[in-house]
Amino acid sequence: MQYMMMFYETETECAKRESPTEAGAYWGAWNAYIGAMYEAGIVVKGDGLLPPSAATTVRLANGERQVQDGPVAATKEQLGGYFVIDVPDLDAALAWAARSPNLTDGSTELRPVLPPLQS
Amino acid sequence: MAVSDHDPARRAAEHAARQSYGRLVAYLVRSWRDVAAVEDALGEAFARALETWPVTGVPDHPDAWLLVAARRRLTDASRSSKVRSDGLRSLLVTTPDHPEDIAVLPDKRLELMFACAHPAIDTTMHAPLMLQTVLGLSAERIASSFLVSPDTMGRRLSRAKSRIRDIGLGFQLPEIEDLPQRSASVSEAIYAAYGQGWDSIASDDATRRGLSQEAIWLATVLVHAAPQDAEAHGLLSLMLYCQSRIAARRVDGRYVPFADQDTKRWDGPMIAAAEQMLGNAGRLQSPGRFQLEAAIQSAMVQSRRTGQDMRQPLVALHTGLLHFAPTIGNRVGYAVALAGAQGPAQGLSVLDSMADERVAAYQPYWAARAHLLQLRDGQTPLTDAALRKAVGLTEDPAVRAHLQISLAKGLD
Repeated sequence: MQYMMMFYETETECAKRESPTEAGAYWGAWNAYIGAMYEAGIVVKGDGLLPPSAATTVRLANGERQVQDGPVAATKEQLGGYFVIDVPDLDAALAWAARSPNLTDGSTELRPVLPPLQS
Repeated sequence: MAVSDHDPARRAAEHAARQSYGRLVAYLVRSWRDVAAVEDALGEAFARALETWPVTGVPDHPDAWLLVAARRRLTDASRSSKVRSDGLRSLLVTTPDHPEDIAVLPDKRLELMFACAHPAIDTTMHAPLMLQTVLGLSAERIASSFLVSPDTMGRRLSRAKSRIRDIGLGFQLPEIEDLPQRSASVSEAIYAAYGQGWDSIASDDATRRGLSQEAIWLATVLVHAAPQDAEAHGLLSLMLYCQSRIAARRVDGRYVPFADQDTKRWDGPMIAAAEQMLGNAGRLQSPGRFQLEAAIQSAMVQSRRTGQDMRQPLVALHTGLLHFAPTIGNRVGYAVALAGAQGPAQGLSVLDSMADERVAAYQPYWAARAHLLQLRDGQTPLTDAALRKAVGLTEDPAVRAHLQISLAKGLD
């Protein structure tokens, strides 16, 4: 079964990517985590994302198109990356989610991927 | 309902909840046999107590009051639905009508624990059932420790309780010939409640999972109710040893491995209690895995405190432990002990012999492997690969940071 793991990070956590003192540990932890997933042969696809400051959002308001800088909602935790994994069940997916480095002060959401529609 | 925390009625109800919840469930369920119904009835009795006691005052025997109130709920429900008449008859015979008639509530929690850890019940539910029925923890609280969602845990618990009811599980002590095996299931379940960190004693990474205190309470109940069960003493001793080092294992948020811990930060009285518990177990002359694990803890503590060389005894204890419980975690522990006594090459050959898919995602294996490779060969690409794998499989951020420091040393 395929699950999308969405890694939510706080601003502090995301800022570590650029911090001279903390970037090494930050990327080291992610590389090791992602490496372990690849070695386990469960990765379907996945990426890290640039920070929410690089986001652009489009919506219609009263029929008018609105384009705004930034993410959909200004929440404390923002999406920092995602991986789609193929594992037997939710328990297995949770075991991998529990190891994601963003849990230090963020959270990881798991969503089953919608199976292909029957035609 | 606005009741302050200082309200004596609320405090009495809460005190009763903590102290007697399990006793009350255990007592009622013997005749009623429907755990969920008993819990519902008790829940309502506790709610009634919070409403009534501020007006009438706290009764002389709060437990007995709650018992009679819960019993009334059960019998009312049963009369109106005309079902479970066997339970009703049994309940009417076994519980007195008036709180004054119940001087001391007999402790039937051991029977309840045996039912929770019955072979007819899914093994993975033994610990959650005990935590809920004996200690009154919510499904929500239990769920996170077992890495499932609150909804899922709630459903699994209610399925397990329906099964207990439907298969007509009795709440009696097992026959004497079944006793050792049945007690072992109870101990295993408590051990599971303590948390999976236990698999990695070698790296002293037994923290994280939030129910360690609750597991210790369960083991205390078990020791109290089954004083002749050597393994119950062993289990409690083992958990106390591990608990005694909590303050030393984390300093300013940093993870400190066993060998580097400041022994002054260990909880001395708790270690003394653990030693005494292990002594009690030994006098019962019936060795088992938990006693051996506690003995390993004892030897490690002694070597740190006195500087005494315990490397050979530790190998012997780990060998004995493998005899009782040849788990992956115990084999990793054995490899590390062997490396301590005979050199890293010996330990690594044990680890090599167990390399298969079961260790692929097992963090303690890779942490131990990296440690022994480092000792034997220094920081080679092979060492780094094992370290990186351990980092990638670690849940605990402090442990991850600790491993990353070793990794960074090699990259300099």
